[in-house]
Parts: sequence; C-alpha cells; structure tokens
Amino acid sequence: MEERYYQKEIETMAPEALRALQSEKLVKQVKHVWENCPPYRKKMEEKGLTPDDIKGIEDLHKLPFVTKSDLRDTYPYGMLAKPLSECVRIQSTSGTTGKRVIAYYTQHDVDLWEDCCARAIMAVGGTKEDVVQVCYGYGLFTGGPGLNGGSHKVGCLTLPMSSGNTERQIQFMMDLKSTILCCTPSYAAYIGEALKEMGYKPQDNCLKAGIFGAEPWTEEMRHDIEKSLGIKAFDIYGLTETSGPGVAFECKAQKGMHINEDHFLAEIIDPETGEVLPDGSRGELVFTSLDKEAFPLLRYRTRDICVLDRTPCACGRTHVRMSKPMGRSDDMMIIRGVNVFPSQIETVLLSEGYAPNYQIVVDRAKNNDTLDVYVELSPEQFSDTVSAVTAREKSLAAAMRTMLGIGAVIHLVAPKSIARSEGKAVRVVDKRKLHD
Amino acid sequence: MAIKQLTVFVENRQGALVEITDLFAANRIDMRALSIADTQDFGILRIIVNDTDEALRILHTRGHLVQATDVIAVKISDAPGKLSAALHALNVSGINVEYLYAFLARTPRHAYVVLRVADNAAASAVLEGAGFHMVSEEDIKKL
Repeated sequence: MEERYYQKEIETMAPEALRALQSEKLVKQVKHVWENCPPYRKKMEEKGLTPDDIKGIEDLHKLPFVTKSDLRDTYPYGMLAKPLSECVRIQSTSGTTGKRVIAYYTQHDVDLWEDCCARAIMAVGGTKEDVVQVCYGYGLFTGGPGLNGGSHKVGCLTLPMSSGNTERQIQFMMDLKSTILCCTPSYAAYIGEALKEMGYKPQDNCLKAGIFGAEPWTEEMRHDIEKSLGIKAFDIYGLTETSGPGVAFECKAQKGMHINEDHFLAEIIDPETGEVLPDGSRGELVFTSLDKEAFPLLRYRTRDICVLDRTPCACGRTHVRMSKPMGRSDDMMIIRGVNVFPSQIETVLLSEGYAPNYQIVVDRAKNNDTLDVYVELSPEQFSDTVSAVTAREKSLAAAMRTMLGIGAVIHLVAPKSIARSEGKAVRVVDKRKLHD
Repeated sequence: MAIKQLTVFVENRQGALVEITDLFAANRIDMRALSIADTQDFGILRIIVNDTDEALRILHTRGHLVQATDVIAVKISDAPGKLSAALHALNVSGINVEYLYAFLARTPRHAYVVLRVADNAAASAVLEGAGFHMVSEEDIKKL
C-alpha cells in the first residue's frame, strides 16, 4: 500500500534542504531566546556568547545545555519566553523525580505539537476513516491531549476516553469499532488480558494499530500486545519539556523512531563530558526546539540514552531515527571505559532467578576501576555445600560479563541485608568520587 | 537413617556468628555439634541442635537464611583407624563424602561423625553392613 504522510514535503525533504531549514530556524530561535528568556541569556553570557555566534546548526555545539534541574530551579515559569497573555495552555510533568516542570504553549506551539502527533498517526496507516481511541490520561499529562489533537488534525473520529475504566473502554472499542488504540503499552497489555477474560478473541475487535509510549517497553511486550489485540504495535516518544508525545514516532518499517527534525534538532552527547558524538554512537539524547515560542528549550538534556540512525528508511521519511531509549544517563556508570547501566545488571539477576535486590559498588584499586555486585541470596538458591553456592556465584559472574562486557565480582549476601530505603533503593555506590 | 542438620548462611563480617549463638542462648537451644565452612565472602554454618524445628522457626523469624538438611551420623569407637575403616567402606562402594565433622559422644570412648553424602540410605546401608552403628534423631535427643 502507498505510504501516506501528514506533511509529505517536510517529512520526505532532502537531507541538505532539511539542514538548511534547521539552520535558518536555529538562528531565529537563538535570537528569540536571547531576547525573551533571561535565564538562558544568562547562560549564554556566562560562555561569552551572543546570538551572532550562532550562524547555523554547525554552531549548535557552542550553546549551553539546559537540564531538568535548570527547569526546577526556575519553577514555576522555567524557561518561559513569551508573555503569559500569549500562552493558551500548560502541561506538566508528574513530578515523581522532584519538583514538577510546567511547560507553556502558545497556539502555534499547540499546533506544531499536534502536527507531530498527526504525523505519527498517519505513519501507522491512519486516515480520516479511522476511529482513534485515546486512553492516555487527559489533563496535565501530555499523552491524552497530544494524541487527541493529532487525531483531530488527521480527521479521525476521536474517542477521548482517558485512562482507566477498562470495561467501558472495551464497550466503546466494540460498539464504535475503534481502529487505532493510543495508550501506554502496559495499559494495552491490560486491555488485551481483559478482552480475553471477557471471552473475546483477538480478531473480534476492529483494531489494526496501536500507538504506545510514555514508558519503557520491550520487543517481547510488543509481540505480546500484537498477539493479544490482533494489531501492529508502534512506539512513540516525547517529553513534556519539549512538547509531549510525537517528538519521535515509529513508521511501518519499525527501524527506530523518526524524530520530527524540522521542529526538534537532535544531538547525541557523551553524558560525562558533554561532547557531541558522531552519528551511530550511543549517548545521551539532547533536543533543541527550533520553532516553539513559549517554552523554547535549547540543547535540553533528556537523560535518555540512545543511538541515532541516518540511513535511509523504507517509508521514505528522511528524518533521523532514534533507537528506543536504552537507559538513563543519570544511572550510567563508566567502568574501565565501558558504559554500564544498573538496568543491565538487574536484567541479568532476573534472568538468573535472583530477586532484584542488589547493590553495585564501584571503586578504584591500583588505578583500576573495580565493580562489585552484592546480591541477596534467596532460600531456594541457598545450599549446605560451599561448592553449590560458589558455583552460583561463578555462573552469575559469567552472565554479568556477557551482558556488561566487563567482569564483576559477585558477592552473595543474606536476604534483606541490602539496605532498603523509602521509595527508591540506593543501587549504586561510587566510591571513586571520594578519591578524586 | 538420616538426622536433621541446620544449615545457616552467615555473612563474613564481625558479629554475624554471635547473632546466631545469642539467639540460641536466649531461646534455650542446645547445640550438639557445629562446623563452619568459610569462603572469602560468606560462611555456611552447619549445626546439630536438640530441637531442630524450634531453632528453624526462630532463625526464620529473624530473617536468617536457613534450611534443614538431611545428613547421616555414624558412631565410631575412639580408636586409631576406626574413622578410616568407615571411610574405606564408603570409598569402595563409590560413595563420595561432600563434608564431615565429628564430635565426642557422651558414651565413653566414642565419637559421632556427621557425614554429608548424596544418598543417605545407600551410605547408611554400607556403614551398617560394615558393622557401624548409625546415630538416630533419638540418640541425638538423648545427648
């Protein structure tokens, strides 16, 4: 079937033309931010920069970063760059990792955000004939409003269901013959289970595609959702700080998510040094919004670790694709020059049958980094012979080496001996910092 | 003829062992025999007590990693060569001993040797066939 685009000219623009457009937009945007956003102007002044120093995207690397803590420090107005009288909307993060971040939108900003979501819907095959059931939360969370707006723009019949009340979701899905489902992957999986419990088979519904995001999910989960709902499942990426869902989306080729590069300029940096890394490197994703008015973040550090891919895509879109985020840069450790994420260690523990109670201790001995992993032994794994317990230690160490690419010393410890703290446990102790 | 041994995971840190012995003292648990296998990171404490079920319950409640393991114990005359005779009997029957520890019995000139083997019934039969007396739970209680 012929590929359809919401904004074909932009989405399939030749790379050189796209670069030129980005450069033109960046120069204007830096000027706008300099004139209207005092906290960022201050950052530029500290680096001795003026807007004249930014002549195109080749100068992007000169600009200072914006971090989440910059936004928290400037709460509630953050990096607002328009008078409130020009703003028509706010959205907000959940505030689970600290103080909330409030993002502001002019009508222009809402439009470009909804355009991005419309591109995502058409990329999965959506047309005005479709019935789009949006069961992301509506409200301060960007999920519901974003996909709702995108669905309007495509001209789909939009069901603004919001999240929860699964029985009602299923009733509307069946009665109104929903064809595209938008929600978090975990809710999609839940709806799939509920349908099965109610006696429906995957082919009983009219759904053909799902657009799922706002939380990490695996390929295995994608497969399960596709099977239980009888659909193709697509990934969508975004963050409140840059607008919301639709910053990047998957097309039918499913080889990564196309970043809407005419609006969001992407870079991959080394999270330790801030240095820009070449395409294909794994590092922290940084976004510069090129034409947002009210909340125009320049070089915003997402803390998501991923890889950018500029190879041509079968769908015809020329915009760069990002991989699914592999972890968070604030969790990343560099040990003997290798990037290690606690999530990798957790994956090994779970696959080897251990409870995910562990502590990682990184230290330095004789100028060499050491990695020690303390793991709680469970009653099922305990044995009265030393050989059986040390065999477990060895097999776990081998699995760690395979996953991490470096060796880790495993210490099996008694259950509940690793300190629990309220909320999130302290998983990583980096003693190297004490020596520096 | 198996008897129950308590096997407790002990972290290799100061005070770890005394926590367990204190618990036994406070709960009037009497230890008959004990041995510790230690590695760099942890130890495995193996004990024979007068009341296995109660000791197990207490250790569990306090969050210790503990299990009851079936082992066998053989009564051996306190004379040179007697343990060798028992081990020879096992050896010629192809029975491998994972670990063992011994303690003196209250009857004069006897020791009890606790053995961990893969097949308790087979090992007991071999030892009894060689004229050894296997120690029962009852014998342990009477100590």
